[in-house]
Amino acid sequence: MASKPERAGAVDRRGFIKAGILAGGLTAVAAGAAGRKGPAEASSLFDHGLGSPAHSDHGPAGTVGTVDNAANGFDPHALLHDWDFGRVSTLPSGQTLREYEITASDKEIEVAPGVFFPAWVYNGRVPGPSLRAVEGDRIRIEFINAGSHPHTMHFHGIHSAAMDGVPGVGAGMIEPGDRTVYEFDARPMGCHLYHCHSVPLKRHIHKGLYGAFIIDPDPNRYAGEEVAIARSRNHQFAENREVNEMVMVMNAFDTNFDGDNEIYAVNTVAFAYANPPIQIRRDQRQRLYLINIIEFDPINSFHLHANFFDYYDHGTTLKPTLKTVDTIMQAQAQRGILEFSFAGFEPGLYMFHAHVAEFAELGWMGFFDVVE
Amino acid sequence: MTAASTEPIRPARRFPFWASALLPLLALFAMLSVFAFGDPLALFKANLPPVESLTFERTRVVPDGFEVTLTNSGPDPVTVAQVLVDDAYWQFTIEPSATLPRLGRAHIKIQYPWVAAEPHAIRVITNTGVTFDGEVELAVVTPVAGTEQFLAYGLLGLYVGIVPVGLGMLWFPAMRRLGEHWLQTILALTLGLLVFLLIDTLLEAFEVAGTLPDVFQGISLVLFAAVLTWFALLAVRSKGGGAPKLNGAHPGMPLAILLAIGIGLHNLGEGLAIGAAFSLGEAALGSFLVIGFTLHNVTEGVAIAAPLLPQARPTEPAFRAPRLANFLGLMLVAGAPAILGAWIGGFAFSPILTAVFLGVGVGAIWQVIVEVGAFLRRHAVREGEALVSWSNVGGFLVGLLIMYLTAFLVSF
Repeated sequence: MASKPERAGAVDRRGFIKAGILAGGLTAVAAGAAGRKGPAEASSLFDHGLGSPAHSDHGPAGTVGTVDNAANGFDPHALLHDWDFGRVSTLPSGQTLREYEITASDKEIEVAPGVFFPAWVYNGRVPGPSLRAVEGDRIRIEFINAGSHPHTMHFHGIHSAAMDGVPGVGAGMIEPGDRTVYEFDARPMGCHLYHCHSVPLKRHIHKGLYGAFIIDPDPNRYAGEEVAIARSRNHQFAENREVNEMVMVMNAFDTNFDGDNEIYAVNTVAFAYANPPIQIRRDQRQRLYLINIIEFDPINSFHLHANFFDYYDHGTTLKPTLKTVDTIMQAQAQRGILEFSFAGFEPGLYMFHAHVAEFAELGWMGFFDVVE
Repeated sequence: MTAASTEPIRPARRFPFWASALLPLLALFAMLSVFAFGDPLALFKANLPPVESLTFERTRVVPDGFEVTLTNSGPDPVTVAQVLVDDAYWQFTIEPSATLPRLGRAHIKIQYPWVAAEPHAIRVITNTGVTFDGEVELAVVTPVAGTEQFLAYGLLGLYVGIVPVGLGMLWFPAMRRLGEHWLQTILALTLGLLVFLLIDTLLEAFEVAGTLPDVFQGISLVLFAAVLTWFALLAVRSKGGGAPKLNGAHPGMPLAILLAIGIGLHNLGEGLAIGAAFSLGEAALGSFLVIGFTLHNVTEGVAIAAPLLPQARPTEPAFRAPRLANFLGLMLVAGAPAILGAWIGGFAFSPILTAVFLGVGVGAIWQVIVEVGAFLRRHAVREGEALVSWSNVGGFLVGLLIMYLTAFLVSF
């Protein structure tokens, strides 16, 4: 298990005895444990200074305090749009090569205000970097294990057995201090994911080793009306920049390791998009890459309030697999693309959450703040 | 060695008294310094996370939510990070600090729209992600001490303490008419009742002790309280020179008083339990429970009155027949503690105090059993009868059985 670093300000037992001796020996000593700064003043979920509803309307649900994004090393709001396109070059064959360097390590992260989780992370963040490529690109990933346990990277996509990143096949589990290279062509296009496939699998997944793997369609491979759709989905085209693209990895944390999650979220931090909400322009088309990686619970879901969306299961088609729905469900590792727009809507706060109410109340709930 | 055999033993002069008294302290100080500044146990605690332990001491239901008192019963400070109610994160405030030092306390206030008469689960999650659970078994507003509540809880104590003891004593005239022959059987019945109370009180004490944080060593606390009480009663008795003589009173009076005290202490514990149960909303059975306790405790009146029955060959020729005032006094001693218990249990429930009180009750009841047993034996010897006769065994069994069966009404 990952070690827990001593926290600043916490008084351990030795410190206690030491303080007693310094204070003059055997006199009674009050343990003036200042401790870590606890949840200071209540900052309600709805308390974001946007003319939001008063406490009394919604009740005092939610967590108390704020998460230190700087200490975590990542901000859930930044993660929404943070794509990793890799180091791009062209191979002699003319194929585009994208090179990534990914390091697994142990890191304690704050998953809800004041609640710390001894995570295993890719490149210092949970979820790991959102790798993005175009179908047909050559992907080359240098994987370094700087953690305390053997790890792998297992990609959901088409590749050879040796590149599957599972124990006992190809490079198998990469021991701490070792490295390996995963190389394959990016296909099929769609919304995919990668995760550690070391055993015990449950723990390696729920500790935080997963991330998004998005493969954009190549317009040259399509014909007719699909070309325009492919251009809109492909980050290399101007049409793509007209759409507000976000990635959300639905995850959860079993902080007491009893096989049941205490914290649910999208992009790790409980209620991260409730306070503050995600600001979106009402005239802009929205595209959401949604991935479910929660452990222990069989399904997760996404529900959008006051609006409907088109859904592309796995993102492997250019036509929606479900049209005009407001709730979809995903098994673990299932994912898809949601497309919607608030054009013509009244500006304001529109909620989204897992329509598994338990998950919603345990952190998987947020708001779109639709502005002019 | 050889010197000691030839010379008279002299106290060693090398160290003055204060130095020799201080030496162990200095040594202890030195050892603590080693632990504080060195780290002799480093091997054991290499990278271990802190051991965390929180105990829900008391959960109060207030009109707009819950108020929880937490105790840190572990060796390390614990920081409360978030609070969940029924599997949902919920806003809260914590006083005086979110970090509880060892044996420290914190009070958490949670605004929550609880549902009347339904259970709610409260969970605290610490900064290391460890969780601790408390529960509200049935949500009803915890009483706050007001005149009305005070009277209501007082009446509760009256119903389960004074009333049944008084009712039981009403059998005294009938018992007297039964005649001398039945005295031993009635005393045996009293013994059966006392043995039941002893076991019942002990088990209840252990149950309460079990809810205490480990550091308080609940079971030891109960046993120490019991043993101390027993010794205290023995000391009182030996100071009085055997059976204390009350001027002109019935020779059975001292034993009746002792019985009343023992049973009173038991009723104090019972009052505590009932008061706490009502205040925590567990006693949904309400009046049924009260009636049950009344029936259960009627036998106590019979027991207290038993030593006051006329004896064929009184040790003192001219004793007065017990008067009404005697009975009233005994009734108060045995029954009134239930009122006190109901108040404490309802408004200021403390598991530690309850465990101690129950332990005291165990010790007292034990001593009463010893006394009643001795009384019965003396009587049997005087009458030239066997102590363990069929009628005595029968009485004992009936006593146990009455208590056992009426306890069905009060198990909650």
